[in-house]
Amino acid sequence: MSIEIQKQIEELKEEIKELENINTDKMIDVADEIEEAKKRLKNLERISEGNLTAWEKVEIARNPNRPTALDYVDNIFDEFMELHGDRTCTDDKAIVCGLARIGEQNYTIIAEQKGRNTKENIERNFGMPNPESYKKGIRFMKQAEKFNRPIITFIDTKGAYPGIQAEERGQGEAIARSMFELSNLKTPVIAIVIGEGSSGGALALGVADQILMLENSIYSILSPEGYASILWKDGSRKEEAAEKMKLTAEDLLGFKVIDEIIKEPAGGVERNSVQEVASILKTRIMEITKDLKSKNVDTLVSERYEKFRNMGEYIREEK
Amino acid sequence: MVIDKLKKHSSESNEEPKSKADIPVGKWVKCDKCGEIIYKEKLHENYSVCPLCNHHFRLSARRRVWQITDEDSFKPFEELTNLKTVNPLDMPEYMDKLKSLQEKTGMTEAVYCGTGKINGEEAVICVMNANFLMGSMGTVVGERITYSIEKAIELKLPLIIFSVSGGARMQEGIMSLMQMAKTSSAIAKANEAGILFISVLTDPTYGGVTASFASLGDIILAEPGAMIGFAGPRVIEQTIKQQLPSGFQTAEFLLEHGFIDKIVERKDMKEVLYKLIKFNK
Ligand SMILES: [Zn+2]
Repeated sequence: MSIEIQKQIEELKEEIKELENINTDKMIDVADEIEEAKKRLKNLERISEGNLTAWEKVEIARNPNRPTALDYVDNIFDEFMELHGDRTCTDDKAIVCGLARIGEQNYTIIAEQKGRNTKENIERNFGMPNPESYKKGIRFMKQAEKFNRPIITFIDTKGAYPGIQAEERGQGEAIARSMFELSNLKTPVIAIVIGEGSSGGALALGVADQILMLENSIYSILSPEGYASILWKDGSRKEEAAEKMKLTAEDLLGFKVIDEIIKEPAGGVERNSVQEVASILKTRIMEITKDLKSKNVDTLVSERYEKFRNMGEYIREEK
Repeated sequence: MVIDKLKKHSSESNEEPKSKADIPVGKWVKCDKCGEIIYKEKLHENYSVCPLCNHHFRLSARRRVWQITDEDSFKPFEELTNLKTVNPLDMPEYMDKLKSLQEKTGMTEAVYCGTGKINGEEAVICVMNANFLMGSMGTVVGERITYSIEKAIELKLPLIIFSVSGGARMQEGIMSLMQMAKTSSAIAKANEAGILFISVLTDPTYGGVTASFASLGDIILAEPGAMIGFAGPRVIEQTIKQQLPSGFQTAEFLLEHGFIDKIVERKDMKEVLYKLIKFNK
């Protein structure tokens, strides 16, 4: 996309030059056209500098062409084997679990997976997990702890699925239990927000030692549409809500909700540029793993506790 | 007389609770469920439960504390009463709203925490407050609950949390969401320390509270008829585009599906809590 935008910028500059020539040579008034083209150029340059509005980031985060968890897994790890099932009743496909390796280092993968086409999306419930997905995740967390494998979670969901069966099978409990287990797991946990990180359904995989976030992904209490409709009773104020909610990587780094922003190509990573981002992620995963593994496990767990313990600043007022 | 007792229990305010959820205006109250007109004093003598249809009226935090603890035994954590949100999203009306709610309810936030005795057994007790922004969990609520959990670990006391909440607090955005992780981590820590945690779900308990500490009790109790769930009924209906079955998301529904241990009537709550503490000693 970055090359694409550069090309468009060059073309537009060329066009403006031509228009200006017409304007001076032939005395035809194309001032309006020039102004219009300059406006478009300015906008493209803003995008190429990564200077996006919150709503533009929401749209990029939801772009159907954006790489999904498995696109990253395939490009980051030397090897990956998916394993299935929650061991109680099913294999919910909105979360993918499995084992992966970089060099000699093994990992457990727990990843929220959107479909890459309609068929896949139906199979994966559009990346909206049912409780069984979280239960599968919990099974893999415990196994990772047993075999001292670091865990990499990928966060990308509109939220946990709001359905009758999801409620009957304890959606709330499943999310709570997932955070509960992650919070004192005696093995390193790295979470990566790659697209939409919306509500408790995202946070369920977010209790980690290090939280990375792609530049144009979002992480929020719920969708901007939902937020606007709850707070202002008007879902159409989604763009305003997106600004207000502070859901961009930059905002969240400021809040210390995340630890690090991963750069994307201008205009947002797409499936054909996934390698660029995957290679940054691979390097960072290796470095962070080394760092986390060097810690005594009690230190690791107590630092993870303190990290979340300290989330949510408050003032102590004088009485 | 009831009010006098409440006053003694509350160091937060000398005011009588005034909210609709607690004491309706006038001497008479209409039952939401059966429509019966009940003499207010009679209702309060009956634990704010309709004598006719057993409908459990919503209870203020103070009245709840008064119902389940021994007289004069509840000591609020005074160190928590002066915590104030930093208003992370700079919501202009939010601070005014908090202030007016504080004046109206006499409570400083949506949860009331301290230690109290239940038939002589000491416990850390947190009670959420429906009439304070629907018991939503912002940073101050998250901090109060986390502090109370840690206090239970420190004092080696059982922990009892009465939940009533619409979930996360929209005005605090992502920082509200993070309170789910914070409180759940604290419960995990208490679990490691062998602390008994009894979670009591009351009407309504939803969203980020259901999906965090409230679902993590060693024992999970609920009041009869309480509505409990993760997603709100309207959101589910809009998503699946069909009507919800009757009785969906009630305490009875959750019991049937294996997510709570026991439904307890309000008049029996103190005794059941006492017995559970004794069983776990
Ligand atoms: Zn009634």
